[in-house]
Amino acid sequence: MDYELLKIIWWVLIGVLLIGFAVTDGFDMGVGALLRVIGKTDTERRVMMNTIGPHWDGNQVWFITAGGAIFAAWPVVYAVAFSGFYWALLLVLFAMFFRPVGFEYRSKIQDTRWRSAWDWCLTIGGAVPALVFGVAFGNLLLGVPFGLDEFMRSTYTGSFWALLNPFGLLCGLVSLLMLAMHGGTYLQMRTAGDLHERARRISLLLAVVVAVLFAAGGVWVSMMDGYVIQTSADLAGVVTPLDKTVVLKEAGWLDNYGNYPWMLIAPVLGFAGLILTILTSMANKGSLAFISSSLAVTGIILTAGFSLFPFLMPSSSTPDHSLTMWDVTSSQMTLNIMFWVAMVFVPIVLSYTIWGYYKMWGRLTTDFIEENQYSTY
Amino acid sequence: MISESLVDLSRLQFAITAFYHFLFVPLTLGLSFILAIMESAYVLSGKQVYKDMTKFWGKLFGINFALGVTTGLTMEFQFGTNWAYYSHYVGDIFGAPLAIEGLMAFFLESTMIGLFFFGWDRLSKVQHLVVTWLVAIGSNMSALWILIANGWMQNPVGAEFNFDTMRMEMMSFTEVIFNPVAQVKFVHTVSAGYVTGAMFVLAISAYYMLKKRDLPFARRSFAIASSFGLASILSVIILGDESGYEIGDVQKVKLAAIEAEWETHEAPAAFTLFGIPDQENMETDYAIKIPYALGLIATRSVTEEVTGLKDLMAEHEVRIRNGMVAYDLLTQIKAGDRSDETMADFKSRVDDLGYGLLLKKYVENPAEATEADIRKAVDNSIPAVAPMFFTFRIMVGLGFLMLILIGLSFYYSAKGTAENQRWLLYALLFSLPAPWIACEMGWFVAEFGRQPWSIGEILPTHLSASTRSVTDILLSLAGFIAFYTILLIVEMYLMIRFARLGPSSLHTGRYHWEQSTHTPTTASAQA
Repeated sequence: MDYELLKIIWWVLIGVLLIGFAVTDGFDMGVGALLRVIGKTDTERRVMMNTIGPHWDGNQVWFITAGGAIFAAWPVVYAVAFSGFYWALLLVLFAMFFRPVGFEYRSKIQDTRWRSAWDWCLTIGGAVPALVFGVAFGNLLLGVPFGLDEFMRSTYTGSFWALLNPFGLLCGLVSLLMLAMHGGTYLQMRTAGDLHERARRISLLLAVVVAVLFAAGGVWVSMMDGYVIQTSADLAGVVTPLDKTVVLKEAGWLDNYGNYPWMLIAPVLGFAGLILTILTSMANKGSLAFISSSLAVTGIILTAGFSLFPFLMPSSSTPDHSLTMWDVTSSQMTLNIMFWVAMVFVPIVLSYTIWGYYKMWGRLTTDFIEENQYSTY
Repeated sequence: MISESLVDLSRLQFAITAFYHFLFVPLTLGLSFILAIMESAYVLSGKQVYKDMTKFWGKLFGINFALGVTTGLTMEFQFGTNWAYYSHYVGDIFGAPLAIEGLMAFFLESTMIGLFFFGWDRLSKVQHLVVTWLVAIGSNMSALWILIANGWMQNPVGAEFNFDTMRMEMMSFTEVIFNPVAQVKFVHTVSAGYVTGAMFVLAISAYYMLKKRDLPFARRSFAIASSFGLASILSVIILGDESGYEIGDVQKVKLAAIEAEWETHEAPAAFTLFGIPDQENMETDYAIKIPYALGLIATRSVTEEVTGLKDLMAEHEVRIRNGMVAYDLLTQIKAGDRSDETMADFKSRVDDLGYGLLLKKYVENPAEATEADIRKAVDNSIPAVAPMFFTFRIMVGLGFLMLILIGLSFYYSAKGTAENQRWLLYALLFSLPAPWIACEMGWFVAEFGRQPWSIGEILPTHLSASTRSVTDILLSLAGFIAFYTILLIVEMYLMIRFARLGPSSLHTGRYHWEQSTHTPTTASAQA
């Protein structure tokens, strides 16, 4: 297949994996973040955990596969981003460590302090990654300080604390509250009684807040500098991030929406999803609310991706070395092989995942947990 | 230049996180198949005890699996965080098996594991059995792709250097997949996992037999584990021998280091059973040798030689000198000289470029290396021999110990008198750590023996590390050790607690601690 087309396909595929991660593992993280907020009793918290019990592990593989796909398709991004965002990534990892053990170990011992400690762990495991992912995205829009030498060795000159700037934190908040909302709609769909009612109210509230913050983020982006490629070698051919010149441009991140108006579908989808989440939650339609929040999550992530396009990781210190989806890809052969692997396996994965949800479907009640206290989380 | 302490600390961090990860992986690989066998017995015979066995050993499986997932996350991201230049340099090839692992294996295993634990009442008997088998198949497929990736680090086939992009690029995906090193490593590693699963079930069943508790449950578990274990330990040893042959073919340095084979001896080479390798003087003191054995293992013949380390180092020196020229030519090409002559010359030497890069540890520009630099690079072109020599012998020794134990377990289990062999039961219980030690030693041999390369003869470990500060790595290393150790303690606590409780932890009312003759302990009431 044509190299240029493959590059575009891989930008789409990695987007699909990241959105798949946010939509599936996103509600797991949201449930984790809400665990102590709306789960008042031990049994209620167990209900919450067990709605995602059979699925969280499979969902987490979206994250792992997205990481693997970035390694395979965009090795330079994998190298530069993960070593540059060293502490941010370790923070995500350390927080995520709490989840497998938290789910598996929490209810194995009937001791209040033991369970309460694991509740905090699961809260951290849900909230911290959600927050950090947003902060990282925010900083991509701002540009991060790194450069490459002629051997393609990268050096990152920023610090972890520099990531925690106002815009980065705003994006972090959008991400955290968005996934908490998404967890809330999932719980609306899968629980009953008081817990269901609390989940309904909190997703409603969070949808309103996320809409406001998302709009604020949009205004902020329109006032900041974006990056644009000025000259470049043939983008469709074999190029490295060193083969171009990049300039900063006022409101440059909005250029794409002028050049390709269809891209406006992303922010529209984001807002529409949020409004639908509000309406369906008010109408107490759990499944529709979950679909709406999935659309909102998709729209918001797409908005970030479309705004940056074709950039992936702009460099604030040496803009010419910015990473774009044209110049970080693997060889044509690798992209081609991996494309076919994805074409075969993604549908297979989706079908058994759906089968798994289908088999485990239904609302979980506190009675069920009490009757099955030794065989559930 | 990258400081040596940064590289050493990065290596230590990778080694420690990998060792922790591999405390959990082998048990997952083996126990998942044992669960599938137990559940098959349940579906075929309809006997409740087999279902209880699947559920109980499944509980222990879950406690272990959680930490396997936890520590596995680190493994994937550490290439990017700590080995960024490595990731850039070989991501075109190395990233593919990792991504495929996710799509083909890890999704399957992780989706099915949830149904395994929570699907008992939601799935039909046969559906649940299929799910259990898919967990086992998924986890083993995951090992396959990881070992294809790792095999490529040992024996990088099917790839070429591209000077435009400054990295290795894939030339043949089939060569990468059917890399002989990867294939023998895969079967050897998963078989070692099966042995670990078998030893785990044997040791804990032996404990119940010694305590004379839940005997029908323990007897059946023991029987399944001993027969599965016997097949596995035989295949570990036979396939381990196969991998000896394979590395004799493609990783001569590793083989010579394992054997502390300093000189090239006349064929067929003797196997050094024991000795004290002395790196400085390049000899092995107090060596006890078995004639012919090494030659047979490594070359499958009595006429082929096994090359000694001194001769290999002489070969390395030639290649380092050639690599210096290759590096110089690469600099010229990067500066814009694309004349036919330069290109042809570079092409003829590019295979030794990696050897030139070894000099980067001592000098900024390898083309300007002094004789002293070259000497140092040659001396360090082989791994430290003594650690290789001893860890390999510990691994093999434990392998044979387990062969004896599992063989006897199988024999007495078949005779139906296993529960009376108290010395054997004690030996099994106390040998519980053996498979883990053997597995870790095996990985040590494989990875330490690859040094000084991260990708054999292509990319030196020294060059592969990320540009981070020593403080960063020290802090993260401390964080990993603290975090993992706490999690490991919690895991061991739960594992021991539930192992002692036994099948009573299922709360079926059928087992020891729930019988009216025993007052339930606080432990069983709570679990």
